[in-house]
Amino acid sequence: MTNIITTRDFKSNAKEALANKTLQKALTHVEAGFIGKRRLAMEALPEFDQLRDNARDIKNHTLANLDAYLEEYEEKVVASGGKVHWAADGEEACNQILDICRNVGARTVTKGKSMIAEEIGINDFLEKNDIEPVETDLGEYIIQLRGETPSHIIAPAVHVLKEQVEEDFRRVHDHLPVSRNLEEPESLLDEARKVLRAKFLNADVGITGANFLIAETGTSVIVTNEGNGDLTQIVPKVHIVLASIEKVTPTLDDVSQILRVLARSATGQEISVYTTFSTGPKRQGDVDGPEEYHVIILDNGRSNMIGSEFQDMLRCIRCGSCMNHCPVYHAVGGHAYGWVYPGPMGAVLTPSLMGVKDGGQLPNASTFCGRCEAVCPMRIPLPKMMRHWREREFEKHLNPASQRWGLNFWAFFAKRPRLYHLATSLGIPLLSLFGRRKGYFKYLPLASGWTKYRDLPAPETRTFQQQWAQREALKQGGAK
Amino acid sequence: MTSRDAILGRINTTLNRASEKSARQQAVKARLSKHPKGTIPARARLDKKAQLKLFCDQAEKVQTSIRRVKSYNGVPKAIADYLRDHNLPAGFCMGEDERLQNLPWEKARALEIKTGPSDGEDAVGVSHAFGGIAETGTLLLVSGKDNPTTINFLPETHVVVVRSRDIDGDYESLWSRLRKEYGTGKLPRTVNWITGPSRSGDIQQTILLGAHGPRSLHVIVVDA
Ligand code: SF4
Repeated sequence: MTNIITTRDFKSNAKEALANKTLQKALTHVEAGFIGKRRLAMEALPEFDQLRDNARDIKNHTLANLDAYLEEYEEKVVASGGKVHWAADGEEACNQILDICRNVGARTVTKGKSMIAEEIGINDFLEKNDIEPVETDLGEYIIQLRGETPSHIIAPAVHVLKEQVEEDFRRVHDHLPVSRNLEEPESLLDEARKVLRAKFLNADVGITGANFLIAETGTSVIVTNEGNGDLTQIVPKVHIVLASIEKVTPTLDDVSQILRVLARSATGQEISVYTTFSTGPKRQGDVDGPEEYHVIILDNGRSNMIGSEFQDMLRCIRCGSCMNHCPVYHAVGGHAYGWVYPGPMGAVLTPSLMGVKDGGQLPNASTFCGRCEAVCPMRIPLPKMMRHWREREFEKHLNPASQRWGLNFWAFFAKRPRLYHLATSLGIPLLSLFGRRKGYFKYLPLASGWTKYRDLPAPETRTFQQQWAQREALKQGGAK
Repeated sequence: MTSRDAILGRINTTLNRASEKSARQQAVKARLSKHPKGTIPARARLDKKAQLKLFCDQAEKVQTSIRRVKSYNGVPKAIADYLRDHNLPAGFCMGEDERLQNLPWEKARALEIKTGPSDGEDAVGVSHAFGGIAETGTLLLVSGKDNPTTINFLPETHVVVVRSRDIDGDYESLWSRLRKEYGTGKLPRTVNWITGPSRSGDIQQTILLGAHGPRSLHVIVVDA
């Protein structure tokens, strides 16, 4: 596995990503696969924006009463025969999972898709302890074979082309005939289905994440399209749910409000194929289902976000819409972000969980175009929070000297309006003059970070402020 | 100090700056017992007949196939027809649900019926749904020996019988019914919302049916 954290190298990661042709080809599927579908789903539901407000309010209410909700939830899990384990960090969670597995002598563990499992690195940990973890979500399975981490929170293998999947399947499924045809995506899916079916039926423990934990009933909820999460939790003797503290949600009705915006924002479906509500172990008289039901509630830095300027981030339902609409993500993909959470949500969450020293590069990966906030179903002010992180990074002197020098240089002028006007009114016409013929620059000294990957449009002959002044003057004139 | 106490303690200390713990507990109890509904989309607030039509339309949009029959007595033939038309073996597994067990199976052509959960060897599974949700063409199934959950996921073909009167407009109506049936604050081990056959878009974002769960989902709506 390559669980090496490279959040500090965002810049060089991004550079490599931009030069990687295969990745660039794969990334075109993000825009094509998500944006239009989300818009159609949203337009088909006139109440969509009202539901977004409700979803935001439900989560705000929950976070404002989080201790009481967690206690209620725990009580209900215990009452239905389940067990709750509290984990302060990833290491504690890994050990709790290992203990449960060892208790039943587990050799193989099937896994439904869980970002928290990625966060705590459970696969590596289980392997080191001689337990085989098997990812069962098709995307997760593909990247597990490739020894990679997910590059998208709902489409983990979005960076992989089908030819690459074929290569990986041929390499790993070496018990199957070499002559088989794997050209079509259908044949790849079929093969994965057959190989994984055997794993489902032989697993001792199943680990799933949770989209929600419901305080009213002590229930965990998973949302999937493949059905892998269900086979993971219904076939083995033991079901372990891995969830973080902010997943708790008050009632079945509240969850239904949020579910109405989740799939629409994520994949553009009105609802995912499978939404599954699991409460405790199997009941007396049940003929299938797990004998043991464990919930690991992970903190890993989140309780410190309560009451901070980053609390709103805890409303996130991991729909992926912010990255689907992010121009930076479209350009560099998810791996450049260096850890498990990419895109705008990752740029805010990663420094919150890892600290600004390791994650502080990420909030800079933004053009502040505001699309992420515009599409976030939970109305999380992502750009504002990225700005908070930038400020903190600056305060702590963590950004590179050239950037600090540049900002100070700019600040010197910005604080002296007359000088600023003078400098820009001299500089802009010059740029305009040189760029006039083609309308853009292919190269500009001191700006190669920009011009290497895209052309810089040549400016208008006048500065923005000059144009604005003229516009206002015209308006005034017109109003008279 | 245990991690539980540390985590809850940290949250508690921060939240105490804004409110008292007892006030929070009261707010929580109130919401849990009142479980306010929120916004129900207009499309889900219809009369029974329109709901049924919407359910069928929405389900078909996500590749569920639908057959309507006048009474339970028509179910065996409807299932036999479906299996024959799709070149499927004349047999299936199902649970102990009496509404299914007591049907006049002998009237249809010879069907081999296995009672109990699925072990992964069954090509076809038959279940009875607790209800349906018109808003999105969703089925709601509950676990138990009557309708074991493995039947919903292991067979390649899943046939689900649902009564027309159990089809409601929205998810919330079914939660109310479940609260009545199982008691407040309680649920059966597994509640499945199922909306169409299994699918995946994980290879180049192209949607393909039949990832790990059933490739086909066939619903028989009984006018009862
Ligand atoms: S921040 Fe918003 S848009 Fe992004 S994943 Fe979370 S909920 Fe979705």
